Amino acid sequence: MNLFAGTGSLIRLALRRDRIRLAIWILLLAVLPVITAASFAELYPEAAAREQIAATLGSSPAIGVLLGPLYSSSIGGLTAWRLAVPASLLIALMTSFTVVRHTRAEEEAGRSDLLGANVVGRRAPLTAALVVAVGASVVAAAVAAGGLVAADLPVSGALAFGAAMAAAGVVFSAVAAVAAQLWHGSSAARGAAVGVLGISFMLRAAGDSTSGVEWLSWISPLGWSQRLRAFGDERWWVLAIPLVVGLILVATAFVLSTRRDVGSGILATKPGPEAAAASLRSPLALAWRLHKGALIGWIIGFVGLGTVMGTSATTFADLFAESPELARLVEQLGGEEGLADAYISAMLGVFAIVASAYGIQAALRLRTEETVGRASPLLATAVPRWRWEGSHLVFALLGPVLLLLVGGLAIGVAYGISIDDIGGTVVDTLGGALVQLPAVWVLSGLAAALFGVAPRFTLLAWGALVVVFLLGQLGPILQLDQWVLDMSPFTHVPQVPGGEVTATPLLWLGAVAAGLTLIGFAGFARRDVG
Amino acid sequence: MDAISITGLAKSYGTTLALDGLDMSVATGEIHGFLGPNGAGKTTTLRILLGLARADRGTAVLLGGDPWADAVDLHGRLAYVPGEVQLWPTLTGGEAIDLLGRLRGGLDEGKRRKLVERFQLDQTKKGNTYSTGNRQKVALVAALCSDVELLILDEPTLGLDPLMEALFREVISEERAAGKTVLLASHILAEVEALCDRVTIIRAGRAIESGTLADLRHLTRTSMTAHLTGPPDGLSSLPGVHDLIVDDQVAHFQVDTDKIDKVLRHLVDIGVHDLESRPPTLEELFLRHYRDDPAELAQ
Repeated sequence: MNLFAGTGSLIRLALRRDRIRLAIWILLLAVLPVITAASFAELYPEAAAREQIAATLGSSPAIGVLLGPLYSSSIGGLTAWRLAVPASLLIALMTSFTVVRHTRAEEEAGRSDLLGANVVGRRAPLTAALVVAVGASVVAAAVAAGGLVAADLPVSGALAFGAAMAAAGVVFSAVAAVAAQLWHGSSAARGAAVGVLGISFMLRAAGDSTSGVEWLSWISPLGWSQRLRAFGDERWWVLAIPLVVGLILVATAFVLSTRRDVGSGILATKPGPEAAAASLRSPLALAWRLHKGALIGWIIGFVGLGTVMGTSATTFADLFAESPELARLVEQLGGEEGLADAYISAMLGVFAIVASAYGIQAALRLRTEETVGRASPLLATAVPRWRWEGSHLVFALLGPVLLLLVGGLAIGVAYGISIDDIGGTVVDTLGGALVQLPAVWVLSGLAAALFGVAPRFTLLAWGALVVVFLLGQLGPILQLDQWVLDMSPFTHVPQVPGGEVTATPLLWLGAVAAGLTLIGFAGFARRDVG
Repeated sequence: MDAISITGLAKSYGTTLALDGLDMSVATGEIHGFLGPNGAGKTTTLRILLGLARADRGTAVLLGGDPWADAVDLHGRLAYVPGEVQLWPTLTGGEAIDLLGRLRGGLDEGKRRKLVERFQLDQTKKGNTYSTGNRQKVALVAALCSDVELLILDEPTLGLDPLMEALFREVISEERAAGKTVLLASHILAEVEALCDRVTIIRAGRAIESGTLADLRHLTRTSMTAHLTGPPDGLSSLPGVHDLIVDDQVAHFQVDTDKIDKVLRHLVDIGVHDLESRPPTLEELFLRHYRDDPAELAQ
């Protein structure tokens, strides 16, 4: 039988299932560059102002951690620099989730057998998933490039920017394709793909901020996106790297897929204990088993990122002090220390958004358990609904506390070592991390409330996170009205370290979060399960 | 007192009417078959009994309590096997059995060992590596190894092979002998026929028949095949005889169960050298109830 038979039908099926999901991703990816370019054009219409920005920010190791090197002070160059990493990250998430969703997750759910019994070739599901994922990145890249051209930016730069985005999509589709062959469970495969993404980010962050190890960026897929130098002096040959790596990975995935049965993974699942440990006797103990792996992964990510950020905080301040005019500005801001403080508090703001993503994910685990059908048997035992719901919400509310603590601690220790004052910096950064919590809890609470009252619309919690993220990133650049910015809980978080802390906004945020969580409990107590 | 008594139960999901005034009762200590095609409202009824869904109208009394308000207390006294069992991917079958048993208030280790052995269940596999049938076994063992008064089973043999199905029947019979009440939702007629003391048949959210199998059979016909020695005169016009086919000297027909004696007498007059009589199967009962003919249903 033709190994690829039925690929076309599977592609149509995947597009039908993902039509909204992919449309949102593509819209987000296509709109971001256009908005960013427009805002740079509005804020810095003059080349001199842009050169100043480029000179200060573009060569800073600290900014290098987050965004990487800057190759041109043109509007296109600034846009490419600002977005190369975020857009590659987003496209990597889109493609790897899409590939796993249509391969391993389908096998896990047993639907592949249903399809496999029809005229569907053994290689068709993987081929279809790759075509859809790569196709979506190409579409997003093309729309983004088109938007940049329409904004009067150079065509070659716009094409290079789009090509870099699509290339990241190719690499991470292929990474996910391999992961989907190795592991039996879809969550393990997704976790592996995200892990590769995390490692790519760390390699690139280290390579772009530390002299002597620049080569690290060259082994990171996220680094390749920048080294194409869109709107700079484009180096098209760099594109060959992601394409070759992608092809090798895809070939590997196909070879692996022929060496295993449908439904099984290359890495065998180990048998476990015949009976449960004495401690596995409560919903909370079960929730711990279900959340443990992901939580540990997130903690490792926060420690790694915190360390890199903390280390680069001083170089950030040094850099500003080198230029006389900026030094004066720095004085006004409270000296070098004040500047480092501002940098750290901004970084903690980023951490808080990421911790909110964990909170939402942990809260929505409730909905997954419910729809998959694992909640009913549990709730048919002598477990009150609030205890089951609470067992997962504990992770949604306390997980972010843990993440922000270890993240703040890592920044504080790394920064403290670099300025020889661990005691002082750790207290500051921990404080800065903790003031973010009420705002994070608002988002966890929103997810809980949706689960209780409008379970079919729990995805809105992710929508809220995207809005909050965009308001934080683009709000100041777009000079939006204050009331718009005020919709984001993070607008109300005081700047720590460095700023004044007033209790009122924190108490308000806490009250809103508590109210939303209670709505979540009250709603679930009243509604049908399943 | 009845273990379960339901009156006028109604439930709709949006515009779909799932239950439309359901009445039924399950006596303590009996195995009660709950029969109906897919979508008739069986699972909705069970979910209401388990306090997982709330009825729009009507009342349900479960073990003397309100299934919604007293859910937690009642759940300590019952065990439930869902129709499509899903296990936690990272927990082994054994861990799931322990967890569910403990959350119910404890499990009998001796009984668990015996059940695991009889069902030949490998407890060390991870939840996402079991086949459908084996997931079903995990749920069955988890439900049966607790000391509860009531078992609520939703299509429990879905995915079990015939040997395991036979074993399931054996085990459920033992549970009845031990004094437990069983509510068994199913559309597998042989299973219900082999196990159940009483049956409720549900269709489009209403109970259309309820009683012992003998009661229900009374409503239907017995199939007969008679090898005659004389001509089949008058047989076709005899009241209670239906669908008569005479093939050489062999007559196939159906008899209304309450007219059997008269028909037998007539057969003896004709002369018979062989007679086969088959009681109506539940299958036939079922077909009669589900034939989509309103006129026939009205009769």
